[in-house]
Amino acid sequence: MNLLRKIYYLYYDGFRHMKLGRTLWAIILIKLFIIFAILKVFFFPNYIKEHAEKGQEADFVAEQVLSN
Amino acid sequence: MNDLLLNIDESFVDWARAQFALTAIYHWLFVPLTLGLAVIMGICETRWYQTRDTFWRDTAMFWQRLFGINFAMGVATGIILEFEFGTNWSNYSWFVGDIFGAPLAIEGIVAFFMESTFVAVMYFGWKKVSPGFHLASTWLTGLGATISAWWILVANAWMQCPVGCEFNPDTMRNEMTSFLDVALSPFAVGKFCHTVISSWIIGAVFVAAVSCWYLWKKREERLAKESIKIAAWVGLFASLGAGATGHVAGQQVAQSQPMKLAAMEALYNGGTDQGLTAVALISPFSQPDYINEPSAPLKIEMPYFLSMMATNDFHGFVPGINDILNGYTTPEGKTEPSVDEKISRGRQAINALSAYRKAKKEGADEATLNDQLTILNKNMQYFGYGFMKDKHQAVPFIPVNFWAFRIMVGLGCIFILFFAVLLAVSYQYPKQLFAKYDIAALPAWHYIIAIILVPLAYIASESGWIVAELGRQPWTIQDMLPTWVGVSNIDSTSVAVTFFLFLFLFTLMLAVEINILLKQIKKGPERH
Repeated sequence: MNLLRKIYYLYYDGFRHMKLGRTLWAIILIKLFIIFAILKVFFFPNYIKEHAEKGQEADFVAEQVLSN
Repeated sequence: MNDLLLNIDESFVDWARAQFALTAIYHWLFVPLTLGLAVIMGICETRWYQTRDTFWRDTAMFWQRLFGINFAMGVATGIILEFEFGTNWSNYSWFVGDIFGAPLAIEGIVAFFMESTFVAVMYFGWKKVSPGFHLASTWLTGLGATISAWWILVANAWMQCPVGCEFNPDTMRNEMTSFLDVALSPFAVGKFCHTVISSWIIGAVFVAAVSCWYLWKKREERLAKESIKIAAWVGLFASLGAGATGHVAGQQVAQSQPMKLAAMEALYNGGTDQGLTAVALISPFSQPDYINEPSAPLKIEMPYFLSMMATNDFHGFVPGINDILNGYTTPEGKTEPSVDEKISRGRQAINALSAYRKAKKEGADEATLNDQLTILNKNMQYFGYGFMKDKHQAVPFIPVNFWAFRIMVGLGCIFILFFAVLLAVSYQYPKQLFAKYDIAALPAWHYIIAIILVPLAYIASESGWIVAELGRQPWTIQDMLPTWVGVSNIDSTSVAVTFFLFLFLFTLMLAVEINILLKQIKKGPERH
């Protein structure tokens, strides 16, 4: 329990007393938002999941590859 | 964009390649500095642990602060590459899925647990954990980043030299038969050693440049002088090590990807006793006439060195581009078929795969299926060649490989010289030569040279990747899947839009990082 408290306060005090870290965390969170909420959702759909029926992915890829 | 350095045209495959290259190059701006600075901040903190001199603790904390900025800016940039696999390279992703799954999952878990745990202790734990535990956390942060790099390089090495797998015609996937063969393939080990050790050069050049800036501005003299000594040792070791590991990597390329080596050297016609080209007149903008020209024009070479580099024998046989295209027999009697023959056998494999899948759907008997599988397995090693319409599709774009290799090696030699001189000047040894040079009182241009070397170190590192990746064209997986088969069937407009979106975002992010870094460098170390 004592160890868990120590770990908790390591993070709690660390985050509370951050200076430059606040800016860096803000950048990380903005970046993660752009990557996962914008780029992934709107620009990078999984092509096979979107075009192949579930369980038929191998047939779909075979058709794509072997038609070349 | 026709014929502009990379021969990019408006097709989807080339836009997808350009986007992947842009993302990978951007991602690689952060990784080597993380790996390199980890070593230097670890050494600084070790000095504090040994001496308990608060100067070393402040120095370690300063480099850790710059490490943190770079680390934060680089976080998650690699994930975009995985998005691109799923969208632009769906056939390729399906083909490699089972092989990449394990290394990338391990990479994710190791990166998350090791780095998030020990980075937190490194930054938040100075007054909360024992000095020994803190020191261990600092080194483990660097080790975590290095282990992450290992798994990514395992995945990359597998594409260059597929091992430990078997193609399953039912699932259309390569399935892992030996995790150890994949994880410890000689190609992966060689690539890891060369990549990580060359990353330390970037860390060392960065530290030397920041320290030289302080000396130029007549401030932080002790931090700068001591950091330069560490950077010089790390940089000299790393640049010599990069040369040695590069030699091993070159031999592996000669074995597994002879066409890449021939393109790097612009070696049109090979043979025994081959010289290493120092320089030749190769236009960077167009593919040379390797069919009709006997050799690259105005070639200056180091006799026998290419044979030595490729085979460990000054008289060894190295095939040229035309040898590989037309087939050859080595002096030891090993015969390599022509690309036309490989195309023919690849087509047999593709036809057998089609026939097998069709027969299986129609419920054909075991004997019919086995007949097709026998043909497939017999020709599977040339599967990818079956997609080629012409043997010259097997030749990568020579100028980029040729010049990128020379830039990497040339700058590598400059770094060896730079760190050797830096070491001598910083220790003023040997005294007869260097006693009169005080590193804190040199003319400004000495410091400016060190600062200019920072972008050059990145150019060298990125050039290495350009050789590795453009040299293996047209393959996404060596001999198995060419780029135009690995891509998704998507309109090129969407990938062109995201290419320019990334160009804007990456430029903006880089400007932000450089701005924060420069502010912190100007601020200097905090005294505790």
